[in-house]
Amino acid sequence: MEGLKVAEADLVVYVHPSKSNQVRRAVLRQLSSLLFTHDEIFDGVVLAYEVNIPSKRAKVISGLIPYIGVKIKANLLLFSPKPSMLIGGKVVKLGKESIHVVVLGFSSAAIMLEDIREEFKYKIKHGEGVFASSSHKRHVIKAGSMIRFQVKSFDEEILHISGSLLPSNTGCIQWLSKHGTEDGSYADSSLKTSDIQREMQEEGTLNTTTGDKSPNKTQKHKSKKRTRGDR
Amino acid sequence: MYNQLILLRVSKSSHRVIYLIRLKGVCTQSSAPGTLITLLPSRLLVVAAASSSAPRRVRFACGIHDHRRGAERYAPARSLPEQELRYPTMGVELQGYDFPVGVVEDGYLSDSEAFASVINVINGVRMAPSLVPQSNKEQYDYLVTVVNPGKRIGQDDEALMATALKALSRAVFRLDAVYHGSLLNNIFMSSIWDYGLDARNALLELITTLATVPDKFLDNCLYTLLHNLRPPSRLKAPFNQSKRWLMRKEEVRREVYLALNCINTLVPLAPARLKILIEKCMPRFTEDKYVLMTYVEGILGLERNEIGKFLGSTVLARVVDLLIDLDVNIPWEDILQEEPNKGIFAIELGECNEDDEYTTIPNMDTLGLVKNTFADKLDGLMVVACEHLKSCSESGHLLEVFERLSEIFQRAMLKLHKSKFTQFLMFYACSLDPDTCGLKFAIMLTDIFISKDEDPDSRMKAIAYLASYLARAKFIPSSLVASILKRLVDWCFEYCQLQDSWVNKISPQADRVFYSGCQAVMYILCFRLRSICDVPQLKQLLFHLPVDSILHHPVLDPLKVCLPLIVQEFLRQAQTARLFKKPMAHSYDNSLESEFSKAFGGIQRLDMFFPFDPYLLKESDRFMRPNFEFWDMVKTTYSDYDSSEGEDSEGEDELKDLGPSNFPKDNDDEDDLDLKIDKMSITPNPSFLHQIATNFDQSSQMPARIRPSQSPPSPRHGFLYTKKEERLDDQKI
Repeated sequence: MEGLKVAEADLVVYVHPSKSNQVRRAVLRQLSSLLFTHDEIFDGVVLAYEVNIPSKRAKVISGLIPYIGVKIKANLLLFSPKPSMLIGGKVVKLGKESIHVVVLGFSSAAIMLEDIREEFKYKIKHGEGVFASSSHKRHVIKAGSMIRFQVKSFDEEILHISGSLLPSNTGCIQWLSKHGTEDGSYADSSLKTSDIQREMQEEGTLNTTTGDKSPNKTQKHKSKKRTRGDR
Repeated sequence: MYNQLILLRVSKSSHRVIYLIRLKGVCTQSSAPGTLITLLPSRLLVVAAASSSAPRRVRFACGIHDHRRGAERYAPARSLPEQELRYPTMGVELQGYDFPVGVVEDGYLSDSEAFASVINVINGVRMAPSLVPQSNKEQYDYLVTVVNPGKRIGQDDEALMATALKALSRAVFRLDAVYHGSLLNNIFMSSIWDYGLDARNALLELITTLATVPDKFLDNCLYTLLHNLRPPSRLKAPFNQSKRWLMRKEEVRREVYLALNCINTLVPLAPARLKILIEKCMPRFTEDKYVLMTYVEGILGLERNEIGKFLGSTVLARVVDLLIDLDVNIPWEDILQEEPNKGIFAIELGECNEDDEYTTIPNMDTLGLVKNTFADKLDGLMVVACEHLKSCSESGHLLEVFERLSEIFQRAMLKLHKSKFTQFLMFYACSLDPDTCGLKFAIMLTDIFISKDEDPDSRMKAIAYLASYLARAKFIPSSLVASILKRLVDWCFEYCQLQDSWVNKISPQADRVFYSGCQAVMYILCFRLRSICDVPQLKQLLFHLPVDSILHHPVLDPLKVCLPLIVQEFLRQAQTARLFKKPMAHSYDNSLESEFSKAFGGIQRLDMFFPFDPYLLKESDRFMRPNFEFWDMVKTTYSDYDSSEGEDSEGEDELKDLGPSNFPKDNDDEDDLDLKIDKMSITPNPSFLHQIATNFDQSSQMPARIRPSQSPPSPRHGFLYTKKEERLDDQKI
């Protein structure tokens, strides 16, 4: 998943004199206040930190309150989604107009209908709504699915992502991992049409060749080509 | 009973279409067939729906209804083959099935068409106001009034509203704060209390969906939901206690919680925004009691919900702040003026005996607090808060809540001097789980007192809380009291050791923490000495503590500095129990306070701070009373020989050898007005009423007479007391 990075930071944490007997705790508390907030300096949302206080010496700042400037070295795990990055998340709600996703368990994302490629059609299966691909029967997005989508925009204040499923290398991660190539393009997407699928569905033959039972992609290619040729 | 859905069309002019739904096997309404209807002038259709608990399958047929000929005539226009359809959400959802209504017969509209019409209306005004065609504007304005009529509406209009809301739920991404400001405003101003189940569900679904729109409406949605935890402003007493409204309250609250939990699932960081809004939306203490109680009940319920674990201590902190606001606005001066002859704490009356322990304890009624609106509100809120703690205890979450409450206690209550009742929340929480919470609270207070990092005032307040808590909490075992006493005495002893030998003058202000510690030890022992002495191991532990060396310290001399009444009562009990190895030489003084005690108490009079003195609020008293130790119920060491000589216990046997004649008797002469008054917890009780009060024969009721949580005396106090004293003197004469 893109958008995650580790940054090494040299920081100075100002500790109130009343906390001078528990400096480490005060430092951790200060850093904890950064968690799950977007910071312009770090250019990302701090998800985790690791602190090292290299020196026991600290500078006392002159002023009305003599804060203690503690120098620390911190490793920060940052989440910084940028437009056109591909990130993953879990679908929590799915409606005819939109798909709602939670990324990394904290950031909400919404993919609106106009950002879902036409391949996906909204259907109701077994009483619940799904977005099913018209090209690939087994490519289905439903509540609980892990999906990969493209970042359209990121609201830094409430950490809300607008996503898109327009690129072909987006969709259900489970399906993509089995059928996608490294660059995300489908091995055989150009070969399949909805007509063929429909025909195959009618004939009851489309049950093994395209799915996960295929041991390798070469066989899959052949199978599909043959199908088309037969037709 | 019907098993059909009838599709009705009213007229071409209004294009009103009605579905009448009869659920298979279940009829939701007995009078009107099924549920309803709707729509917009522009061919909107709508649907009636069933409750969420209704079966998911319905059978239906189709008919036409002419609205102008009377609403009760249902003329089946075309009988359709019965088919099963499924509607997964509220409102009939026909998409995805083979039988969309719109297809069945020309002129009829499906849900999809209805919703498409609403979307068209929304899109129609997505431009500069000057460019919007008049027809679009009219349609939009109509939609705005449909969404929130702002008045009571009938069933038809409500169904119309529900459909419009459902349609809007599908079009939230097309809503724009600039172009649809009035519509959004109407949505966010809606009160779900006013509508039926369908409309409520539709509104909450819309709000939940709106909350997920990136960077737009989350705050507004959360605010709307929080606002709906308040009762409608038009609801006034006594209607607010009607069964119907109580049921509605429960329903609304449950639905709001559900919506908030749903938003929390969709937007995991929503609780962070909710925390801020809870702080902003908190009602002021001046608001109506019913509003305060309903809202506080609502947000405390939020804490018990799934979303509660993400809110931390925010909810509880705000509630405690509100309680404190009310608390500090209850003036003692008013109470004194109301009943000057009864005193502030006429709690522990002499005539209160064990057989009749609940009859003579006065409460708000007798103390004039009943006329105080703040006390009344506080009483109601304390009931709500205690009920919350109780339900947390029953569901096994008390420990988490107690941790939060402890944190709030340290931050808010402990810093406050004038709090009179709010601290009883801690008392009640501890009483629900004495083994864990009760113990933790005592240890926390002891730690604060002993900690060198805390400021002296906090330490003195902590020890005042500790003393009052250990003295008054029935549920605290003597073993815990003894171990806490050991820590306190050890600390005091260490303090004495470190005392500079060259200083030979008492300085109450400089050593105020020490004196407050000593006073706390004596106060606790006044209540607990007897119970500790009854257990041989604890007695041994106590008797090995260097109490006498502390109290006899040549320089510090706590007996001179601490409140004379406490000292006197303590010495009386201690000598009876032979706590000291050598007799105490002390000039007994029956006065309430001394110059020294005033000095160490400081301007806040922490020497007279007893936070857990008897609870005076009427309704919430039922939570405190069973666990509260009243002074009249306390078994003192000397009371053995007056009331329970016949009892056969080890402790008594040991004490009996002193002989009853060596100890004072309680003067039970009912005619003795002075002593009767002395037994009351009148505060203050000047010593000149008891001229003979210089020895043990005086029946001292010391701890009961201490005025708790008392602000520094004002000249006004002085005036009132003087009047009281004069009156008592007159009676005496």
